[in-house]
Amino acid sequence: MAGIVLVDYGMGNLRSVEKAFEVSGQKPKISSDPREIEKASKIVLPGVGAFSHAMIELKKRKLVEPIREKIQSGTPYLGLCLGLQLLFERSQESSRLKGLGIIEGEVRRFSHQLKVPHMGWNTLEISQKKCPLFKGISKEAYFYFVHSYYGVPEDKSWILSRTEYGVKFCSSIWKGNVFATQFHPEKSQAQGIQMIKNFIGYEKN
Amino acid sequence: MLAKRVIPCLDVKEGRVVKGTKFLGLRDAGDPVECAIYYDKHGADELVFLDITASHEKRGILLDVVRRTAEKVFMPLTVGGGISTVEDIRNLLNAGADKISINTAAVKNPNFVKKASARFGAQCIVVAVDARRVPGKKNRWEVYTHGGREKTGLDVVSWVKRVEKLGAGEILLTSMDRDGTRIGYDLELTRAVSQATYIPVIASGGVGELRHLADGLTRGKADAVLAASIFHFKQHTIGEAKKFLQKEGILVRL
Repeated sequence: MAGIVLVDYGMGNLRSVEKAFEVSGQKPKISSDPREIEKASKIVLPGVGAFSHAMIELKKRKLVEPIREKIQSGTPYLGLCLGLQLLFERSQESSRLKGLGIIEGEVRRFSHQLKVPHMGWNTLEISQKKCPLFKGISKEAYFYFVHSYYGVPEDKSWILSRTEYGVKFCSSIWKGNVFATQFHPEKSQAQGIQMIKNFIGYEKN
Repeated sequence: MLAKRVIPCLDVKEGRVVKGTKFLGLRDAGDPVECAIYYDKHGADELVFLDITASHEKRGILLDVVRRTAEKVFMPLTVGGGISTVEDIRNLLNAGADKISINTAAVKNPNFVKKASARFGAQCIVVAVDARRVPGKKNRWEVYTHGGREKTGLDVVSWVKRVEKLGAGEILLTSMDRDGTRIGYDLELTRAVSQATYIPVIASGGVGELRHLADGLTRGKADAVLAASIFHFKQHTIGEAKKFLQKEGILVRL
């Protein structure tokens, strides 16, 4: 087993995520090699930026199928920000390119009446209290968000938490071994580090 | 609910923190990484590093500062000052910055904002606007560049609307009239800009007491408030600032 693999596909804050894992107790392997991903015991898909651009970069590196297969075979997955949105079938931002299609539903843009990006610290309403990701995390904890789009799963049982910003949107996801957060635990100080520790310590079902 | 943000700003020159008055008479206030750790502990919501290193050769020092900061501090970090190429942005993001603030380069070449936003995403492109009141005109401000030394002829409100269209994700708005004065933000400026745009606005320039932070958020309608000297010289901690804001009925992260 290759341990935790942090997928490098040219989209954003890899170093912050790597450092956050390091201080949480496990240095991940940064890789864009499909073979490394196949061997991984857990995968982390970070990323900020545009959905379509991300899918192009994943395709370029022939990572779409390996990631999808890993998720479907039950390897623990943690998606961060764009790594949550890419789990969906499609996005309003990208009419042509489809997502990974793990979750039925689409990614939508916040209303033009709001300040977008939704940027800053916000709280969560946790709907699945037993989620191992939230172990030791206070109900009132704030997490750092910066995004203009949010995922809307058709099957609501994917929703791990909701956050209020004009609408109550799905701010994190959990089903089986699939975890994803719209916020950035790697930028959310102590509570975020706790969440990463929880993922590191998570034992696959 | 989204909390209002309190952001300390560190002016960094050749790897050391300095804070001047109206960009003159710099004083040394320590190591940026140490300051970042201090602010992280006290609950800052973000941190801004503004690099004022003049010589291009010494700019590599900043990358090292960013790298060392990102190893210690897990909160959003914005870096600005003299950034003019996509390469500069990539290097800073790779070193661990989350957002990049562009000022002079945006005015010189507005297409740079568009290019940077398309490449890295609007969420990491902050356009810094240095504004000065136009003498004799009520509520008209002009954009300045080069640390407030050069006039551009651009109207601040129209400029902000334009960079929003080009893909800026946030505005860092500094009143050059107020910067270093400690008499409070230019609230009319802050409100005019905040109401003209659908991207978040950070108010900057002029904070001398906690009341000014509250005013920036309520009367100025800013989404975040930035200050330097009141925090650097330990006149107030970030925690005190936030408790004050909370008492004023403003939602902050405590």
